[in-house]
Amino acid sequence: MTTDATPLLEVKHVRKTFGSVVAIDDVSMNVWEGKTAAIVGDNGAGKSTLIKVLTGVHQPDDGQILMEGKPVRFPSPTSAKDQGIEVLFQDLALVNDLTIWQNVFLGRELVRGEPVGFQRKRAMTEKASEMLAALDVDLPPASTRVRRLSGGQRQAVAIGRAVGWNARLTIMDEPTAALGVRERLEVESLIEQLRGEGRTFLIISHNFEQVMRLSDEIWVMRQGNVVGHRKTEETTADELVALITGAKSSDARFHVSNPTVGSR
Amino acid sequence: MTASPGTAPVDPQRGMLRRLTGASWFGDVAIVFAFIALMLVGGLLSDVFLTPRNLTSIAVASSILIVVAIGQTLVIITAGIDLSVGSLMMLSGVMVGVAVKNDLGVPVGIVMGIGAAAALGAVNGLVITKGKISDFIATLGMMSIALGIGQVISGARPVTIIDAGMTALATGSLGPFRWIVLVSVVVAVVAHILLFNTRFGTYLLATGGNFEGSRDLGIRVDSVKVRAYLISGTLAGLGGVMLTSRIGSAEPTAGPPYLLTAIAATVLGGVSLFGGRGTILGPVIGALILTALLNLMTILGVGVLFQPIVVGIVVIGFAIAYRFRQ
Repeated sequence: MTTDATPLLEVKHVRKTFGSVVAIDDVSMNVWEGKTAAIVGDNGAGKSTLIKVLTGVHQPDDGQILMEGKPVRFPSPTSAKDQGIEVLFQDLALVNDLTIWQNVFLGRELVRGEPVGFQRKRAMTEKASEMLAALDVDLPPASTRVRRLSGGQRQAVAIGRAVGWNARLTIMDEPTAALGVRERLEVESLIEQLRGEGRTFLIISHNFEQVMRLSDEIWVMRQGNVVGHRKTEETTADELVALITGAKSSDARFHVSNPTVGSR
Repeated sequence: MTASPGTAPVDPQRGMLRRLTGASWFGDVAIVFAFIALMLVGGLLSDVFLTPRNLTSIAVASSILIVVAIGQTLVIITAGIDLSVGSLMMLSGVMVGVAVKNDLGVPVGIVMGIGAAAALGAVNGLVITKGKISDFIATLGMMSIALGIGQVISGARPVTIIDAGMTALATGSLGPFRWIVLVSVVVAVVAHILLFNTRFGTYLLATGGNFEGSRDLGIRVDSVKVRAYLISGTLAGLGGVMLTSRIGSAEPTAGPPYLLTAIAATVLGGVSLFGGRGTILGPVIGALILTALLNLMTILGVGVLFQPIVVGIVVIGFAIAYRFRQ
């Protein structure tokens, strides 16, 4: 159990460089259990690098990552999964010519007869069906190829996979960037549903309206650093734009219309 | 998505054929019908074509191509291509010849032949994944290297192999079926099970279908590719042994032509050269069609020089037809 004083995930002074390029200078932030944190920032602010550090793709040069107060290391994507960190990748990481159930179980198949590894197809189909049925989303049978799904349905499968494995923290990298308006709203309502169930999310998004609707707190990154931390209910899209661009809030040149109320 | 809350029940109504082919229905069944049509047309045009004797001859001639094409298929499914299979076949046959010549015996020769081809197949995979070289270039290089090794150790001369066991592989039968045909059937069945019923099969399809995504999910995509090339090399080695058994000698020029025919059989079988989709049944039928087509043309007196034109048109025609499947 997490006490009130210990965040589920804590990032302390993490730094990551690629050669002479400083992708993350010095980032500290945290995510509380049952809450949704968002990271916003311009292109090149270091959001993606931070995500890759948190998912075991990149190793930080410096700094610490803690889960429930305990230091953890993610030398590989599998080790992040082992700690309960799942990712909804921006490109979804779905394989079109595999079925829904194969995609849900990709990389963690149920097999018998090791080392050959015969797939327990029926068990996997049933379990995948169960996991996806928990989402309030209309999907075809789990034996359907992902190629046949709509954009929103694909997103739902990927989200179902990213929350369905008893994930303690689900990181979502631009969860609706590639979707049309209607499908984006459907996916947002799915995320709302999962937030209501007490799931913990870390969302990276360019879409301020979405961030304002879907998050509890917001971390703003600029040039590899965290330059702002706000409770979502206490900030506005204008202020976020000012933080992201480095302009002062009062003279923000980029006003976002209708900043607080989304059209849900 | 706004309709009734969805459930995704187990779908028990997948058709038998669809299950066999494991991919979209129309595209993959089309080749089966094309094969049946070819056999019927052949039967109408020729009295000899559908006789047991001629069918056996088609099956024997196809068996080597089937084995090599299956290895090629597994590589192509990972979005790769193995241009070295023809040379590896040749090298494998030459190894058998060398073993026999040096009184090591045929079994040792077979192990040496298949082992050498398998090892060089694994080298293909390692060069591609560790050296970060395109599949095309790496296996093009290996095509030349394996050919050269084979020429050096054979002196580019055929080695006649007089061995009862070796000949029996091609000419002996179990019931009505030649041993060499049974070998290809076993390879096909095992490959089908591997592709559609094991975790590794799924990883082959996933690696070819979405390389980056599969890697992000923790699949060791490099290892999957190395193993695919290892299998392709092994099957090319086996194909070389089968070929040597069929022609009775280790023939340095006999293997290489199989490269293009194996790729043609794979394309006929509906395997996507972009990776991620394919079956085993498809390339098997593809190999049967190519072989039966050549056989029929020969029976009908179509000149040998003219035949490649027909084969090329058929391959391209199928490739165009596959563009229209789902």
